[in-house]
Amino acid sequence: MSKAPPLLQIKELARPMLGPVNLSVNAGECLCITGPSGGGKSLLLRAIADLDPHAGEVLLDGIPAQDVEPEQWRRQVGLLPPESSWWLPQPGDHFHNGMPVSLEQLGLADSILQQPVSRLSSGERQRLALLRLLANQPGVLLLDEPTANLDPDNTQRVERVIADYLDRYRAAVIWVSHDRSQVQRVASRHLELDHGAFRDQAVELHT
Amino acid sequence: MITLSQFDLLIASTLVLLLALISMRMRTGITGQLVIAAIRTALQLTLIGLVLKTLFANVQLGWVALLSLFMLLIAGREVMVRQERRFRGWWGYAVGTFSMFLSSFAVTIFALIAILGNDPWYAPQYAIPLLGMMLGNTMSGIAIAMDRLTHAAWEQRNQIEARLMLGERWDTAISEYRRQAVRSGLIPIINAMAAAGVVSLPGMMTGQILAGAAPVEAVKYQILIMFLVSAGTGLGTLAAVSIGARHLFDKRQRLCLDRLRER
Repeated sequence: MSKAPPLLQIKELARPMLGPVNLSVNAGECLCITGPSGGGKSLLLRAIADLDPHAGEVLLDGIPAQDVEPEQWRRQVGLLPPESSWWLPQPGDHFHNGMPVSLEQLGLADSILQQPVSRLSSGERQRLALLRLLANQPGVLLLDEPTANLDPDNTQRVERVIADYLDRYRAAVIWVSHDRSQVQRVASRHLELDHGAFRDQAVELHT
Repeated sequence: MITLSQFDLLIASTLVLLLALISMRMRTGITGQLVIAAIRTALQLTLIGLVLKTLFANVQLGWVALLSLFMLLIAGREVMVRQERRFRGWWGYAVGTFSMFLSSFAVTIFALIAILGNDPWYAPQYAIPLLGMMLGNTMSGIAIAMDRLTHAAWEQRNQIEARLMLGERWDTAISEYRRQAVRSGLIPIINAMAAAGVVSLPGMMTGQILAGAAPVEAVKYQILIMFLVSAGTGLGTLAAVSIGARHLFDKRQRLCLDRLRER
């Protein structure tokens, strides 16, 4: 049986303060990236989502980003920033594609969709932003500290939802986290990024 | 028409001098600027009077075009410096100037040919004042709108990028700020039209009446000017905001705030 090619391939990706970086992530894999602040983690995610100019190549299913319309690419390679943004009065106004995950699974009540965004807590917004991203059904999730504002219970819910999503859609995740114990829980592989380069210690965790 | 003598103007200038004296006494710190501005008014207007006199004496398209170009370039510079976060490099100058050129020149030429129907159509007595009024108003509209647009892009970058991250196109991601920018560029002229004749008597009309024109004729000209100016300002603002909004993104639809100047 031939081995399936990696879902996401990053070749010689470089930008100021980062890289060149080479990386592959397989379908169903959760790659955790840790490292000190300013080490380049967010810069890496933004470059993969093609939000900033960069050198090198990023391929999804063997197709380079340049060959895909940018909006199409970003729907496939979805980035969740640490702070969520909302531009319409109610969270529900931001959902057009239905929801692949129920609000309940994220510990949210249905009525939250009709509340003014300004009245939601940062943790509620964070979880809703994850839901909004998943509604696009991206093949690759780029998560930048997705549980930074959450209490332990909700952190656990988010971890479970993402794990389910990975299984169900054969997606891949690159997960930036500062929480060592979280990395132990969710990562199938763990890399440390410092000064724009990976430390030479790819740690294989559970599969 | 009562002709003004130099002495009449001298009397009027004593009023400004009086104001200057008082403001000096009060240490407002603006006396210098006031006096310089007053002197500039006298000099610049005298100069343009002489230019127009010469121009009226030899009606040639080339000279009219040259003066128009000069006016356009000055107005372009004015639009540029009024924006806090303008585009870097020549773009900062070109967006406004090009949009003004498109709208002001098109509307002015249209009015000269289709409405006034003078012979020749470029007769400077009509062409230059019309263009001047068009440029003056379009300039403000574009400057306000562009300032608003670039400001919003800077302040709301997280929101715009969040929309890009969710797979929206650049034009959807910035649509709300584009609309707001156009609106704010158009508000002054809309207000001016709404208040005309009730709150304010527009300067052009007042000038004509002072110079002896029949009020009804002056009013007709004023209405014409108001319509032309609103069309020109609107089109110019739309053009500038459209070009500007596109230039905030690169080919891969990334928000490029490095194209804006730091404050």
